[in-house]
Amino acid sequence: MITSLLGVLFDGLAYGMLLFLISVGLSVTLGLMNFINLAHGAFAMLGGYVCVLALQRWGLPFLVVLPVAFVISALAGLLLERVLYRYLYRRSHLDQVLATIGLTFMAIAAASYFFGPMQQPLQVPRFLSGQVSVLGVDLNIYRGFLLAVGAALTVALTLALERTRFGASVRAAVDRPRVAEALGIRVGLVFQVTFAVGCGLAGLGGALGVQVLGLDPAFPLKFIVYFLLVVAVGGTSGLKGPLYAALLLGVIDVAGKYYVPQIGAFIIYAMMVILLVLRPQGLVSRR
Amino acid sequence: MLKHYLKLLVSAAAFLIAATASAQEPLKIGMVLEMSGAFADFGMQMMNGARAYMKVHGDTVAGRKVELIVRDTTGVPDVAKRVAQELVTNDKVDFLAGFGLTPSALAVASLASEAKKPMIVMNAATSIITTRSPYIARVSFTLPQVTAPLATWAIKNGITKAYTLVADYGPGIDAETQFKKTFTAAGGQILGDVRTPMRNPEFAPFLQRIKDARPQAVFVFLPAGEQAVGFMKGFAERELDKAGVKLIATGDVTEDGVIEAMGDAPLGVITTQHYSVAHDSAQNRVFLKAYAEVAGTAQRANFMAVGAWDGMAAMYEVARRLNGKIDGDKAMDILKGLKIDSPRGPLVIDPATRDPIETIYVRRVERLKDGKLYNVEFDQFLNVKDPNK
Amino acid sequence: MSPATAHQATTGRAPVAEIVFWLVLAAGFWLWPSYLPLASQVLIAGLFALSLDLVLGYAGIVSLGHAAYFGVGAYAAGVLSKLGWGEPFSGLLLAALCAGVTGFLTSFLVVRGKDLTRLMVTTGIGLLLFELANRLTDITGGNDGLIGMEMSPVLGAFRFDMYGKVAYGYSLAVTFVLFLVMRRLVNSPFGLSLRGIRDNPGRMLALGYPVHRRLIAMYTLASVYAGIAGALLAQTTQFVGTDVLSFNRSAELMVMLIVGGTGMLYGGLVGAAVFMVAHHYLSGINPTYWQFWLGAFLIAIVMFGRDGVLGACMRLARAWRTRIAKPAAEP
Repeated sequence: MITSLLGVLFDGLAYGMLLFLISVGLSVTLGLMNFINLAHGAFAMLGGYVCVLALQRWGLPFLVVLPVAFVISALAGLLLERVLYRYLYRRSHLDQVLATIGLTFMAIAAASYFFGPMQQPLQVPRFLSGQVSVLGVDLNIYRGFLLAVGAALTVALTLALERTRFGASVRAAVDRPRVAEALGIRVGLVFQVTFAVGCGLAGLGGALGVQVLGLDPAFPLKFIVYFLLVVAVGGTSGLKGPLYAALLLGVIDVAGKYYVPQIGAFIIYAMMVILLVLRPQGLVSRR
Repeated sequence: MLKHYLKLLVSAAAFLIAATASAQEPLKIGMVLEMSGAFADFGMQMMNGARAYMKVHGDTVAGRKVELIVRDTTGVPDVAKRVAQELVTNDKVDFLAGFGLTPSALAVASLASEAKKPMIVMNAATSIITTRSPYIARVSFTLPQVTAPLATWAIKNGITKAYTLVADYGPGIDAETQFKKTFTAAGGQILGDVRTPMRNPEFAPFLQRIKDARPQAVFVFLPAGEQAVGFMKGFAERELDKAGVKLIATGDVTEDGVIEAMGDAPLGVITTQHYSVAHDSAQNRVFLKAYAEVAGTAQRANFMAVGAWDGMAAMYEVARRLNGKIDGDKAMDILKGLKIDSPRGPLVIDPATRDPIETIYVRRVERLKDGKLYNVEFDQFLNVKDPNK
Repeated sequence: MSPATAHQATTGRAPVAEIVFWLVLAAGFWLWPSYLPLASQVLIAGLFALSLDLVLGYAGIVSLGHAAYFGVGAYAAGVLSKLGWGEPFSGLLLAALCAGVTGFLTSFLVVRGKDLTRLMVTTGIGLLLFELANRLTDITGGNDGLIGMEMSPVLGAFRFDMYGKVAYGYSLAVTFVLFLVMRRLVNSPFGLSLRGIRDNPGRMLALGYPVHRRLIAMYTLASVYAGIAGALLAQTTQFVGTDVLSFNRSAELMVMLIVGGTGMLYGGLVGAAVFMVAHHYLSGINPTYWQFWLGAFLIAIVMFGRDGVLGACMRLARAWRTRIAKPAAEP
């Protein structure tokens, strides 16, 4: 009884952590830049395809592939920022929605063209497969890996935001862009880098997620609801909100499906509606 | 005198032109396929299967040139109905074919009846489809048809306690109902069942439930694609096979096109289906070779491509016997009871139900000499019909 | 509010462009006889987009779950027909009722919070209803879809035919009537107060308007319209699939509305027409990769200017009018 509870908790936290990893980039761009980037899933998909290519064709080890996916998605973000996104900053949210959905359509068709519409194969390395028995509970190793990476990333991002100069410039640029500009902070550059990091995080999340979620060209639209869910429930100010939201939703979804599978599909959506109605500004907010 | 001859010449010319025009009128096949969205894979397989058939058997039949007109349903039934309407009224197709998803087939059924157009279902597998119009003939399979033999095989091989896991939609419920029926009728015990949501990225809680129940086997049906891959990986990671749970499933779960994406996880899994790429026959070799030429080697053919191939074979045969003049009722008369030499093995269209009567093979997943995974056939059930009709 | 709509609001007189628009649509039987099924679905999508415009363009609520009411309407009409009562207008009435009730009940959840919150609450409601429809197989047919719909002829005389003629006429008539009603409404004091609420809710509250009640009324009305659109789709195709409630349908709807332009009444219809015709055309050329070109097209529309296609047309029209007026103004 306790062992199954612990097992469910572990699985739920890991699932939540994966949701967080994939969505944190969107929280960054939405919260920090007030920009609705519905093409976020396309950057995650890019990371996924880079991961598959790097593992199958270029023969790189898995742990090297992950930062490569980050870098390539970040570069893609930088490129698209210069070519498209910077013209959309001042536009209405609706226009941003339309443009980024257009971009998503293009990404889906391109992925289908280059890789075909089917599922991509992925084999994680042996040291990350299988399970290990801890205190009588069977824990899945890859899920544990996800938890570790997520935790490390959260710590790293929080430190970067709160302890570095760049982090300080980001916070300044978000709170008071005009004053920041006046003080010599190049707000445009800060936004560019932040956006790139957000896309890079999406790519990393996508690469990590292939093992659990699979990968095919329809990925961006299939999972867009989950990204938006985490960011909406978690709030857009900072990282802790989406983290708590993702973990909470992950645990409730897994626990619900385990204990009451008949209503499994409803739980995550019902939970989202309840949480949003109770706390419309998000779980963690400054307002 | 000259005027008289001129008139004769002109009318003769007109007659000749009219005659050749009608003889050259192409044989149009309207393919209603899912080419985008979550099921884009289905449409691609069927389109390539049809094109492969034309590559081998030529693009002319009964003096008419065959023209494939492919339309995308985007996975939505009202779009399917609309494109089918346009195919019938604008393009004036002779056949409607394709239908990867059940709702698309069901939406178009009434149109086939109204227009008296033969409708060849090349994939959709829910039982009721053929009952919705007398102009529908199916060349694929139905879930109950494939599931019942699996339950019989399980009992014969000492599995008496089973758990079921299916996707919560039409075909899944069909499969679950049939498995339970056949399994319990033969003396088996169902320890539990679970229906997973259609949009379900994480199988962990369901796999844990199965592990807790300790059945001898778990029967699974999931749509081919990411659900099957996700489940298979989860099953292997959670080491359910080491815990003594055997995985038995319908062939959708180890579908030839997608099985490579699963790594080593599916080795040893037992499935039943009507077609495997590993099927050893001359026809299959011809099919696979043609498919690779048309579609490239990035993805293998699967049962949907075979459905398209056999659908084309049926349509060509109908055109041949009717000498190119396709009449709906006459076409259906020919299709009923039609024998097709299929890459899967023998195939007959049941004259009573217009569903396929075929061999259902029991297969095991093995890695063969070329390093790839195959569903290797080791047992079979001959002349299987849909058990509920 | 653009000068054109302000003018319209004060005088209520229909400009020539509007009359021509509807005449062209009525002439559709002769202008596009081989595309009537597509044209019917454009009209239905246009009506659906109009209902979203009420919520989004006039009341300022961003919703990605509007398909919930469309779906409820579709199933209501579908189930009624399946149970044996195939008279079309009664189906519309039942759909309006069911969708309206659903809209009313959910409106209390929706009027709280800001943009992103409301977006997700509406999405969540839509997804919950989707799963519900999938589960209640006995009523809805589940994922396979609702079969067995038999529609009686419209007004006892016009049978739904496979060329889509009756479907087009029926959809056009219903859309036109509902459109007229909405036109009167948005130009009435009620409608103007809604625009006030969208632009500055705090001020409206201070002025004493019952903001909350107005929003609920508007949301309910929008869901009624969406429900009727859903019923039209069900009746003209004689089929209902769970996709009528799907997230994809809500998202595509929003895209159509933004393409056309919000808050201008005709934006939904124009957007639906532009989007669906572009999709149809591109899909015909390349059934596999049309999405790429459609995506590029959407980006082009955004880059071209604010307020979508209709907004661009209206700016062009205004520029034309100023150019004509200018020489006369010169001394």
